[in-house]
Amino acid sequence: MSDSNGAPTSQPAVSQATSPRDDPRQDERRLIASLLSGDEDAFMRLVEQYQAAMLRLAQMYVGDRAVAEEVTQEAWLSALKNLDRFEGRSSFKTWLFHILVNGAKSRSLRERRSIPFSALADPDAADSDDAPSVAPERFRPAGDTYAGGWLAFPQSWAHLPEAHVASHETRERILAAIERLPITQQSVIRLRDIEGYSAEDVCQMLRVSEANQRVLLHRARARVRQALEAYFAEE
Amino acid sequence: MQEMTCKELVELVTAYFEGALPEDEQTRFERHLGVCPGCETYVEQMRQTIALVGDLREEHVSPDAQQQLLQAFRDWKRQ
Ligand SMILES: [Zn+2]
Repeated sequence: MSDSNGAPTSQPAVSQATSPRDDPRQDERRLIASLLSGDEDAFMRLVEQYQAAMLRLAQMYVGDRAVAEEVTQEAWLSALKNLDRFEGRSSFKTWLFHILVNGAKSRSLRERRSIPFSALADPDAADSDDAPSVAPERFRPAGDTYAGGWLAFPQSWAHLPEAHVASHETRERILAAIERLPITQQSVIRLRDIEGYSAEDVCQMLRVSEANQRVLLHRARARVRQALEAYFAEE
Repeated sequence: MQEMTCKELVELVTAYFEGALPEDEQTRFERHLGVCPGCETYVEQMRQTIALVGDLREEHVSPDAQQQLLQAFRDWKRQ
């Protein structure tokens, strides 16, 4: 729709961006107005939409489920209190999640959880985990005619029975692999691949650059793939 | 143009999925993928990994928490 090359089109001169039907900002303004006027249904729809994801995210920072529930509750309250100051520079959702992440971080610091301070203070800081996606021993060494090529190809998972691939045990392995990741990688893979947020949203929620977001996501996925590869090779 | 190695390719999969590779890198990536069964499997496994991670998603909010939030909303409204 955004024809930026200035070519004349047959469209009327009215900007499509202001069409009330597909302008998310307008929907959000309406939503904020509903909340400010005390519309309970609007609020509960929001809770329905975000609460589960918020809880999971909070739990990652604070560990304990009950504490995560408190932190999430506080985030909602803080969002309501500051609603009239929401300026719409980001979407409501990213604004809400940012409040949550900040609350969860300060709570986890207060509770002195063993999360490395640097990871919380500066998610953009170099992640201590810069191991390669695949162990270097699996590639032909320098000097080889095919240096950097696979020594042995990875085994396809296509022959594995679906019941095994999608089993409860597989789930457990994936969760365990995610829980072993540094917290910034965990945040990114959860938000992107579990909650399904866009790269742009995640950059705003976690205040990381796009390049950094991508690196963190890649490392996280590569670790999970490694765990799955090891698991599927067991039998 | 220098050939991309398998070792290089495995580091670029997410950037490739996100459409974030510069054009020439993307060309090298796809050219390599077209001739390398090992990397083809690797990329396929990354797709499967993403799909399996996505299956972890659960949606359930306890009625208790919902009730508490509704109460919090009512209190907020009154202020
Ligand atoms: Zn290859």
